[in-house]
Amino acid sequence: MSIETRAPGSVGVVWPQDIEFDQPLALKSGAVMPAYQLRYETYGTLNADRSNAVLVCHALNASHHVAGWYEDDPRNVGWWDNLIGPGRPVDTDRFFVIGVNNLGGCHGSTGPASINPATGRPWGSAFPLVTVEDWVEAQARLADRLGIRSFAAVIGGSLGAMQALQWSISHPDRVRHCLVIAAAPRLSAQNIAFNEVARQAITTDPDFHGGDFYEHGVVPRRGLRLARMLGHITYLSDDAMAEKFGRELRAGEYKFGFDVEFEIESYLRYQGDKFSTYFDANTYLRITKALDYFDPSLRHGGSLAAALAGAQARFLVISFTSDWRFSPARSREIVKALLDNRLDVSYAEIDAPHGHDAFLMDDPRYHRLIAAYMANISL
Amino acid sequence: MTTLQGSFKAAGLPRRPDFDAIAHWVPRGARILDLGCGDGSLLRFLKETRDVSGYGVEISDENVAACVGNGVNVLQSDLEAGLSGFESGSFDQVILSQTLQAMKHTERLLKEILRVGREGIVSFPNFGYWRVRAQLAMGRMPVSRELPYQWYDTPNIHLFTLADFESFCRGHAIRILERLVLTEGRVVQAWPNFFGATAVYRLDHVAGARPVSG
Repeated sequence: MSIETRAPGSVGVVWPQDIEFDQPLALKSGAVMPAYQLRYETYGTLNADRSNAVLVCHALNASHHVAGWYEDDPRNVGWWDNLIGPGRPVDTDRFFVIGVNNLGGCHGSTGPASINPATGRPWGSAFPLVTVEDWVEAQARLADRLGIRSFAAVIGGSLGAMQALQWSISHPDRVRHCLVIAAAPRLSAQNIAFNEVARQAITTDPDFHGGDFYEHGVVPRRGLRLARMLGHITYLSDDAMAEKFGRELRAGEYKFGFDVEFEIESYLRYQGDKFSTYFDANTYLRITKALDYFDPSLRHGGSLAAALAGAQARFLVISFTSDWRFSPARSREIVKALLDNRLDVSYAEIDAPHGHDAFLMDDPRYHRLIAAYMANISL
Repeated sequence: MTTLQGSFKAAGLPRRPDFDAIAHWVPRGARILDLGCGDGSLLRFLKETRDVSGYGVEISDENVAACVGNGVNVLQSDLEAGLSGFESGSFDQVILSQTLQAMKHTERLLKEILRVGREGIVSFPNFGYWRVRAQLAMGRMPVSRELPYQWYDTPNIHLFTLADFESFCRGHAIRILERLVLTEGRVVQAWPNFFGATAVYRLDHVAGARPVSG
């Protein structure tokens, strides 16, 4: 992509592209997507050997818009813009970077709000449940269409990291480096519990209508809002919350009522409200289920090492000390499984205060590490 | 915490002689674990000269990033927490260079080294070196190329001599396979515990012996 004017370090103005797939995709659930569309963005230039492609996988609420901004919406900056761009840790002068909205998403790829060609109405509750493996298959087909045989790197944080890990398992010959950041090899009961509360918030919202709310002209805002508020609590550390909000009161004194009083309440309500205006409730349900279902060890007697036995990629695994949602211990499980397979792996535990969301921050120790790792990838 | 960097640079040592000694003992293609691997330059050297595979272990952020920059595998971890992430016998050799004297759990770490590796390669500054003895004789804590710290800021909490270490090995069923004593890059033959500034040992378990007791 050629960009005439851009701020230093940013890829500048970007635009999404859509690509149609009419070959049916068999999903893990047994359902089949007869045809679907994926929305994606690319930054940098694919080299002649097609050896410099990097796939960035998104987490729960993100999208294909990973870096840069839109000409008609300059405030809409990509969610990992601080990491990706010319001269940035994932250097777009060197790499051809792809962001893709996953199947079942709500940012332009086929999802529950899309029209089901079989009925002419939104898929809604009929949209199948998708898994991390399904997403990886859809991404692989996108790679096929873009002429990319193997990725120089697949990168992801949180749920995105699970996709990166799955790539190394599903397509070991198609990923040379795997950057697995703020990950877990599978969710704990506590993780699943949080997801279930979020789902219950949505499905018990009277405006949910069993998932077919589109036809009623409503959105289960209250449910989405609660789901997002709960999620936010788990993405931040206790310390980060104390640092940012403490017990600050908006009015400076108790009002003895149930309106917003503490700053943290205001923040959560704001985040919840914002989220509920743009995120699809059915997508949220499906993404949390994809998280819950992810467990590469399942078919290997619970052994992650056995699941990774066929992997060929080199790995960089990064965790954050204050991340209690996917703690460093979870990343060390992944490292152990890679060690057991004698795979190349480096592991860093970044002492960052931000909790799970640290993977989105531009902590210099973290970014320096990724920059050093990416610079060593031979093309 | 910077106590476990274990790099030759940090210890103020000439790099090549130690590297060469260690490289000489490392079989081609060996699987290596380098504890306190610093910026990864030893591992990189061994990769380039001996075609080894393996990992370094480091605690400092700077060194972890430097290792990644050097293209060697590094795992950020505190050696004081042990080596529980590594399976028994999973490495041909485990290297601990210029780090043992800074460890709190000396016995446990040596036991772990010989659990995880078939052999251990351990180097450390010799507290029996004559320059050290001379400074002590003058009533001061020694400061030297090998021990560049002041008494109040040193990470070195377990200083010992060649004789101490060899006695320790005898008492812990550790067999000394080879020893190399160096001063300013030159091999010391005579009176090593007096003339040697630093020492490198290649170790394994005494055959059939119980693992080192912790």
